[in-house]
Amino acid sequence: MTDLPRILYCHCAYAQVVPKEVKQEVLARLTSAGVAFEAVPDLCELSARGDGRMQQLVEGGQLRIAACYPRAVKWLFEAAGAPLPESGVEIRNMRVEPAAEIAAALLRPASVPAASTASRSDAAETLTPHPSPLAPPQ
Amino acid sequence: MITFAKNSLHVIVYEGEGSRPLDDRARCELVQALLEKDCSITSVRQRGPAQNGSRHEFSNTGMQTGVTLVLGRFESEQPEQAEDAKSGNQIRFLGIEGLATAEAVEQVESLRRQLCGEPARFWKPWFPVIDFNRCTNCMQCLSFCLFDVYGVSGDGKIKVQNQSNCKTDCPACSRVCPEVAILFPKYKAGPINGDVVDSEDVRREGMKVDISALLGGDIYSALRDRSARAKSRFSKERDEDRALKERLRCLAKLQQQMDVPPEVLASLPSLDEIRRRSEEAKARAQAALDAASRTAAESATKPDASVPSSLAPRPSPLAPQ
Repeated sequence: MTDLPRILYCHCAYAQVVPKEVKQEVLARLTSAGVAFEAVPDLCELSARGDGRMQQLVEGGQLRIAACYPRAVKWLFEAAGAPLPESGVEIRNMRVEPAAEIAAALLRPASVPAASTASRSDAAETLTPHPSPLAPPQ
Repeated sequence: MITFAKNSLHVIVYEGEGSRPLDDRARCELVQALLEKDCSITSVRQRGPAQNGSRHEFSNTGMQTGVTLVLGRFESEQPEQAEDAKSGNQIRFLGIEGLATAEAVEQVESLRRQLCGEPARFWKPWFPVIDFNRCTNCMQCLSFCLFDVYGVSGDGKIKVQNQSNCKTDCPACSRVCPEVAILFPKYKAGPINGDVVDSEDVRREGMKVDISALLGGDIYSALRDRSARAKSRFSKERDEDRALKERLRCLAKLQQQMDVPPEVLASLPSLDEIRRRSEEAKARAQAALDAASRTAAESATKPDASVPSSLAPRPSPLAPQ
C-alpha cells in the first residue's frame, strides 16, 4: 500500500471525550494494515505547547488525521502556528464516527475519493474557507 | 525556530528493512502503551528503499525531534547511538527482540529519563482555541475573562495569551462569545467542542448578548448593582441568612447558565479585585479596538493600501451606545 497519504492518529490521552473503544479499534486497524503512520498522545497538548512537530506534519504533503471535530483540529494547528493547508487534509472524527468507517477512510488509496458521508462533508466544510465575518459588510 | 516539547520522546517502531516485523497484536499493544506514556510514534512498516515509510523516506516525512529512539527486532547489531546526517538529530536504537510489551516500555521509559530528563510538568488539557473564521475581534472574551487568559497580539488581534490560567471545565468565555468562535476541544458538547456551528447556536448566543445588554450592557455593572441592592436590603433587614441565600441563588443561576464549575466560582477574587481586573481588561480591549480603527482609517486614506480584514473597523461592543 504505497498509494497512501500520511496518516496521523491522535490518542486524545487527557480526557475521556473520544470513546475508548473507537480509539482502540482505529489503532488496531491501523497497526494491522501494514502501513506507516504517525501517532501522537494528544494533539491538544502539542498545540498548547506550540510543538514543532505540528509544523512538520503540515509540511509533509497530503495528510489524513484521525482525531476529533475538524473545526477543533484545524484551529489547534493554527494556534500552534502551523496552519493546515486548504487542500490535501482530511480529518476524521473519532468522537462521532464509527471506527470501521474511520479506518476505511484512512486506509483507502489516495486515488479513491472519500465516501460521501455526513462526517466527510463536515471535514470538507471545515477546511474550506468560510465567508469571513471580518470582511467588510456588503 | 522549531521547538519541541521538552521531555517528549519520539519513538520509531521500525519494521522496515533489517528488522523483523512484530505480530499485529504486539505492535498494537506496544504503540498504545507508548502513547499512554506520552511518546509520539512513527510506525514504519514497508520494506524496500523506494516505498513510503522506508528509513530513507522517513527523514523527509516523519516527525523528528531532538532525540529519536528507534525500536525494532533488528536482524543485525545496531550502534547504540547515531546521528541523522540530514537533520543532525540524535538517534538511539533499542532492540526489542524477545521483550514483552511491558518490558520494552520500561526500557523506553528508562532511556527517556536518561535522554530527556524527568517527565514534563503536568499539563492541563483545558484551554480555549479561537476559530478565526468566526471571530470578529470584538474583545468580549478579553473583557469577560477574569483570569487573564486572553491578550492582544501585535497586530491588534485577540489571542490566547495565558492558557494555563484557564479554569478547568469552565467554558464561560465561550458562552459569552456572540459568534460562537471560542472552542474548548475537550468539552463535552457542541458547538463549544468544535462541532459545526448551526444557525440555532448563533441565535442562542445572540440572545445571550441581548440579555447582557438588557442588564445594562455590562455584566459586571449588573452584578455590582445587584450586590449594592443586596447590601442595602441587608443593612435594612439585618437578615444574614437571607443575604446569603440571595448570593447563593445568584451564583447558582450564573453557574447553570454558563456551565461554570463550582470550583471556578469559589476561586473568584474579591469584588474589588474583579472590578479592577474588569476595568483593566476593558481598557486593553478598547485600546486594541481603537488601534485597529486608526490603522484601518490610515489605510483607507491611501488609495492602494489594502486593509487586512482582521483590522477592518467594526462596531465595538465596548463602545458607549
